[in-house]
Amino acid sequence: MSALKAQVRYEVSSTMRNGEQLLLTLIIPVMLLVFFSLVDVLPTNTKDPIDFLAPGILGLAVMSTAMVSLGIGTGFERTYNVLKRLGATPLGRARLIAAKIVAVVAVELVQFAVLIPVAYTLGWRPTSPNWLAASGAVIVATLAFAGIGLSLAGRLRGEINLAAQNGLYLVLLLLGGMVIPFAKLPGPISAIAKSLPSGALADVLREALANDGVRPATSWLILAGWAIAAPVAAVRLFRWE
Amino acid sequence: MFVEELVVRYGDLVAVDHVSFSAAAGEVTAVLGPNGAGKTTTLEVCEGYRRATSGTATVLGLIPHRRQAELSRRMGVMLQEGGFSPAARVGDVTRLFCELHDKRVDAAELLQTVGLGERLRSSYRRLSGGEKQRLSLALALAARPDVAFLDEPTSGVDITGRQLIRSIVRDLAHNGCAVVLATHELDEAEKVADRVVIFDRGRVVADGTLDELRSGHDEIRFRSSATLDVHAVSAAIQLAVRSVGDGEFVVDGGAVHVATLTAWLAEHGEPIADLSAGRQRLEDVFLRLTGGQS
Repeated sequence: MSALKAQVRYEVSSTMRNGEQLLLTLIIPVMLLVFFSLVDVLPTNTKDPIDFLAPGILGLAVMSTAMVSLGIGTGFERTYNVLKRLGATPLGRARLIAAKIVAVVAVELVQFAVLIPVAYTLGWRPTSPNWLAASGAVIVATLAFAGIGLSLAGRLRGEINLAAQNGLYLVLLLLGGMVIPFAKLPGPISAIAKSLPSGALADVLREALANDGVRPATSWLILAGWAIAAPVAAVRLFRWE
Repeated sequence: MFVEELVVRYGDLVAVDHVSFSAAAGEVTAVLGPNGAGKTTTLEVCEGYRRATSGTATVLGLIPHRRQAELSRRMGVMLQEGGFSPAARVGDVTRLFCELHDKRVDAAELLQTVGLGERLRSSYRRLSGGEKQRLSLALALAARPDVAFLDEPTSGVDITGRQLIRSIVRDLAHNGCAVVLATHELDEAEKVADRVVIFDRGRVVADGTLDELRSGHDEIRFRSSATLDVHAVSAAIQLAVRSVGDGEFVVDGGAVHVATLTAWLAEHGEPIADLSAGRQRLEDVFLRLTGGQS
């Protein structure tokens, strides 16, 4: 247990001290939330853009930590032989993965502790929010995104993985219903977007926090499917060296 | 630690070919060989990173890849290179490894031992090559190991750093640890090893103490003029003589031939300096066994 605790502490402090990771996990989500709330240029179809943006940006925060930050960090650790070195300690691979997941959840809590007050300051007032459902969605989505991030990190070389994770982040950000509603996307693209974990998470969060989901039941199923398939893929694809 | 008839193949390539040797507690065993000779692959099997195609490795009574969790509690590993994120701080990563091994080793004291006491807050990328090696050694020591695998521990390390690493390695062995040191720096092996195993093209070509490997291979070394006619000397004293550069020469023969040699040199007006007679250096043993590769 002490090995797991030590690794979690190390993972969290490394992430919070890394400028690029902070940019990705905190600064970009806060900037998007503030900018698009104050500058009403997105076709959100809501009276106040913050009502659409806040749940979407919370979803984006989950994606940036569980997929991109975890994936890029782990990919470079693989390249630099950090995973190999840790593999020869009593920590072992199972506890290393557990430590990374706990660290991701810890960083997500920090993100929410920053983003939710910022959203409130910008005028977000969710009507009868179901925080329990939102938390459940975050946990399921964390598994899905971590699976995707680790699948790429476990196969691609450091720099290629970096480019792939950032590229995927942009695609999911734009297609994921996080800042642009599905209805505003062209038909076929909208159908693809709805089947992506980012879109499903944004939809489920909007339903939980603003009773404004497009098809929450289907989105839950899609999210759960990704949460099973992606970690299975990661286990099959991941190479430690 | 025992390695018996170990074979490791990568597709058609045989990286390790029926290798057998042992390393005892309280001794430093140096595994020598040219690049690509199979040293690191053999060590990786012993560390549990890699499976053998056939044959066995037994470390502390355990089969490494099957019982790596148990083995890792008693094993210190120094990788050939890397193992750190560039941004990792020296103090943080050392503290982490001390906590992972949970052997009540104080990180600050450990860093002091390897001469990095002042570098606690430095990031890995800011360390010199020698400091990186010493940090890597510190992490291996965090395990208070019963067996330590050190891959090229003095590579890129300055003279002071080498002396420090040598003394740490000796201390480890004195405390009962079986130290296995892979290197291609022969002088380091000569200074620190109790036993030497020489690899060449995936096979063990020699295994024994330094004395055993050098016995029966005496030599005379001396300096003279760079233009010395080695063929003439060789013919006169009936022994093989070769130039090893910088005006230094080696005669394949023992101390009994010194008088004949010096007499010939004096007679022909050739200068003579730095003459020594005795057993072959490890470097010569190595070159003889590996056919001149390094």
